Amino acid sequence: MSRVFAPLAFVVMALFAVAPIIVSNAPYEQTMGLVQKVFYYHVPSAMLMFISAFVCGIASAVFLFKRSAAADRVAVAAGELVVLFGIVVLVTGPLWARKAWGVWWEWDARLTSSLLLWMIFLAYLLVRRYGGPGSEKLAGAMALFGMANVPFVYVSVNYWRTIHPKTSVVMTLGPGMRSAFWFCAVSFGMLYVLLLTLRRRLEDQQAQVERLYLALDD
Amino acid sequence: MKRRLVTVVVLVLAVSALALAGQPPATPAAQDGFVPVNSLPQAEQLPAAPLLIAAYSFVWVALMVYVWFLWRRMSRVERELADLNRRVQNR
Amino acid sequence: MRQFLRVAWVVMRKDLTVEMRSREIVYTTVFFAASCVLVFAFALVREGRPLEDAAAGILWISIAFAGTLGLGRTFERERHTETLRALMLAPSDRPAIYVGKLLGILALLAVVEAVLLPMIGVLFHAPVMASPGWLLALLFTGTVGFASVGTLFAAMLVRARSRDVLLPVLLYPITIPVIIAGVRGTAAILQSAPDEPMARFWAALLLFFDVVFVTLSLWTFEPLMTE
Repeated sequence: MSRVFAPLAFVVMALFAVAPIIVSNAPYEQTMGLVQKVFYYHVPSAMLMFISAFVCGIASAVFLFKRSAAADRVAVAAGELVVLFGIVVLVTGPLWARKAWGVWWEWDARLTSSLLLWMIFLAYLLVRRYGGPGSEKLAGAMALFGMANVPFVYVSVNYWRTIHPKTSVVMTLGPGMRSAFWFCAVSFGMLYVLLLTLRRRLEDQQAQVERLYLALDD
Repeated sequence: MKRRLVTVVVLVLAVSALALAGQPPATPAAQDGFVPVNSLPQAEQLPAAPLLIAAYSFVWVALMVYVWFLWRRMSRVERELADLNRRVQNR
Repeated sequence: MRQFLRVAWVVMRKDLTVEMRSREIVYTTVFFAASCVLVFAFALVREGRPLEDAAAGILWISIAFAGTLGLGRTFERERHTETLRALMLAPSDRPAIYVGKLLGILALLAVVEAVLLPMIGVLFHAPVMASPGWLLALLFTGTVGFASVGTLFAAMLVRARSRDVLLPVLLYPITIPVIIAGVRGTAAILQSAPDEPMARFWAALLLFFDVVFVTLSLWTFEPLMTE
């Protein structure tokens, strides 16, 4: 694993260094102008927030139903990343909205449900930290409900009257925008894999530490 | 078990079809697809730049802060692990 | 299936019998809900009089708060007498126990809502009798949505630390969509000209939430309650 880690980290850093150049070469959007370029970081972060919520939910299901401690460690890592990418989405979005819509925030379906999804996984982390023994299972249940929330967040923008751009935007991008977007999406995706692996390794090592403490006590 | 799952899925689909037969979507600017354009009136550029820069900087800072915290915790745990391994071997 | 329903029924009857002896939870929860309505009615004023458009919102907020309180108290009683563990030891279908407890909570919230509705009608001049069918449908589906998740988490938290503050922390982000749908549907009904198609839309959405939440809760109750 460590043999893959260093080159992967290098690749991710290179991608992120190149990204601003690629983004500035992408064409402007007709109505929103320069500020639309937040899109290239905002949407991949949102995609990863959803993907991470799924990873956390599935890992929690495996943990609850198959009693796999390893799955629980993946779930914790994924849960933290939902909150991290969620913060990114919830800060870059309003910065874009301030220019595009004139307001920092709107209580429309997409924004409200995204905020709630983020809060569900924040509660996931809180209960793991402060719930005492046995709180991993409770957190797992939280993650399952959070995962069930994700499709709802995703389609909310297509079915409710909302000012947030629809999901059709990504699939109908023009060639200049499309390449920039998918470049950023791939960079973020690789970054996500890197962070997930690192965080999970931290959990594995902590579990090992606890095992060793118990072994020493005997 | 599988029958329960199928019943639930059918119920959910039926109810969602009912529920979502509701609102006609309105289409304000740039909702269905982005329209690319290559030049931009000069007046547009300046007010948006600080917001754009703030957004990108925030992403970088947030990711780096997270990686830094992760790094700190990992080195602490690795030290503890090495120490414990040594103690177990010395027994 | 019949065994399942019988277990659920027995659990619910046990809860109701115990409660009927002292009626402590019912009285305190109803009083709390009524106080909630009053607090909000006096907090949200326009020109010195309560905001009439806020009736639906205040109703659902009071149900949510009273529900959280009732859930906490009900399961606190379980913890105190260790009956939950006894139930788990019984050779019965675990999800049936969940359904039994859910029915008990629903009964409690039904009493609360029966008191709150006339209060809302009187204090806010709200036409609660205008479309009783849709209003009841909204209240029922919304309460089931809220109580289904609440019962699951309250049962789980019986053995956890900081359980009093963790229940709202866990419950509200998940049930806020239910509350939103309930408020929007109820507001549509309580308008001067009741908007029934709107109410039907929100009631259908609430039904969708109910199906998802009850299914998830039934699936996860057993692995969550076993060590």
